[in-house]
Amino acid sequence: MLSLILNRLMLAIPSLIGVVIVTFLLTRALPGDPAAYFAGPAATEQAIAEIRAKLGTDRPLIEQFGRYVKDLARGELGQSLTTGQPVSREIATRLPASAELTLIGLLLAVLLAVPMGILAATKPGSAVDHITRVVSTAGVSLPVFFTGLLLVYVFYFRLGWAPSPVGRLDVFLSPPPHVTGFYLVDALLARDGEVFVGALKQLALPALTLSIFALAPIARMTRASMLAVLSSDFVRTARASGLSPAKVVVTYAFRNAVLPVITTLGMVLSFLLGANVLVEKVFAWPGIGSFAVEALIASDFAPVQGFVLTMAALYVTLNLLIDIAYGLIDPRVRLDS
Amino acid sequence: MSGGSNSTALAHARYVIGENPVTGFAFGLFVLIVLAAILGPSLVPYDPLASNTSRALQAPSAQHWFGTDQLGRDIFSRVVVATRLDLTIAVASVALVFVLGGLSGIAAGFFGGWVERIVMRIADTIMAFPLFVLAMGIVAALGNSVTNIVIATAIVNFPLYARVARAEANIRREAGFVEAARLSGNGDMRIVLFQILPNVFPILVVQMSLTMGYAILNAAGLSFIGLGVRPPTPEWGIMVAEGAAFMVSGEWWIAFFPGVALMLAVFCFNLLGDGLRDIVDPRRRT
Repeated sequence: MLSLILNRLMLAIPSLIGVVIVTFLLTRALPGDPAAYFAGPAATEQAIAEIRAKLGTDRPLIEQFGRYVKDLARGELGQSLTTGQPVSREIATRLPASAELTLIGLLLAVLLAVPMGILAATKPGSAVDHITRVVSTAGVSLPVFFTGLLLVYVFYFRLGWAPSPVGRLDVFLSPPPHVTGFYLVDALLARDGEVFVGALKQLALPALTLSIFALAPIARMTRASMLAVLSSDFVRTARASGLSPAKVVVTYAFRNAVLPVITTLGMVLSFLLGANVLVEKVFAWPGIGSFAVEALIASDFAPVQGFVLTMAALYVTLNLLIDIAYGLIDPRVRLDS
Repeated sequence: MSGGSNSTALAHARYVIGENPVTGFAFGLFVLIVLAAILGPSLVPYDPLASNTSRALQAPSAQHWFGTDQLGRDIFSRVVVATRLDLTIAVASVALVFVLGGLSGIAAGFFGGWVERIVMRIADTIMAFPLFVLAMGIVAALGNSVTNIVIATAIVNFPLYARVARAEANIRREAGFVEAARLSGNGDMRIVLFQILPNVFPILVVQMSLTMGYAILNAAGLSFIGLGVRPPTPEWGIMVAEGAAFMVSGEWWIAFFPGVALMLAVFCFNLLGDGLRDIVDPRRRT
């Protein structure tokens, strides 16, 4: 098992190197001279040259890259022009908000999609099967920001069930003492029921929006994979031996069908991390996505670069965890490595 | 392809559409979208840019089918006129990646060796990013314009095309007809262009149709967060963004209709892609 983990770690390293190179090249592709941009329109030639020397953009590309990597190793992501804060600090304070939203969204999607897929596969042609097909086709076609707005209209404006779609917590409540940065967890740790319910209410709609988006591929894959396993010989044998249908489906079929589903989770995460940006914008969620969007509009590049880098590093890490989970679940993968 | 196989392909296409009415429906929708893109601007009842503050924020009525927005512009006209821009962005980016990804994938699959290593390394590096996030980064770096949205959307789709083309070219590298072409004195370039490419082409076309939906969503998402297209240009993503603030005060129609147009277009291309795949590659039918 250890060798499997080491093996996967080694595979993740080229991806991370690629990510660092690409984010570096993106800064070099910036239109215009960043030094002139920093110096402002009234700057003299000499002032621009000074800033250029300070930024290091007059050095050879390789040297600049070396400096960039060195800064990264120290966790240095540059400064935001608009807020004047170091980008790394901004991202660190905002990351828990995004992570909480994405994880709850993913969890909700898995909890809804897997039973749907299983039911659809065990009863092909039934109402559940048709509903699953419609939901999974609609889910991939619905722009995630549009789903979010529809939910806001129905649950906030029409029914009044949801709170105003702004931020993580009602303005009258104060956030729980910072432990993990996840409001739900922190509120539980502080034994503050009111804040927990408040945070849950704010989280419900954005998390639901994300889960509708992520639901489709998971349900589709669960259904296809369950169909394949249910028609295999060992399931027939299990049925012929008189095992209860529930035992056959859950213990025998599902455990074998779960592997391709876990593989799709990697792809789902790629979409989810992207969709997260749009959902944060719709619900004014104070995560790193909305931070990057604000910076993008202000042509403030350092935060965007830091954001892209953080998201990619997160994605590579999550894929690594999925691979390792795969090895834990399927002994064959362990034996192969 | 000879005439005989052409007519059987047509018969097969007719059979698939007949068997699966959903594909027929998607095709109808496709024709409608294309017509709106071509003729839309000359058919719409109002000027999509003309504001009229005395008629601002009106609910859908016989006069304004989809209502009016905060500046009194007719939403129906704007939604129809926007079709052309949204479709152009998606088609341009898909065409770009079709050429770049398709050709480099075929080269990777056919030649192998260092060509394959470079192409696959590039594809893997792109796949290491959440795709929408990478697209944001690219637009931020290259500059905030519609052209750069097209380029960014093409780049994030590159791995899909390169991988499919590589796999398909790789299977055919040692095929009998390639050997025959080589024995009769064709060079590598000629074999790639006249033997491999025509065989991989239909599969790439299916890929195009399957990724069109994603390209539309990606571009609309970028313009929703304020990249690329600028107001007052009618574009579905930006129209949804403009209507977002009114959703909490109950003026649902401003964001609703462009959102539905967006959804229908994506839905149409996804269904069409599935149908096309059934025609081109019946084995992968699900």
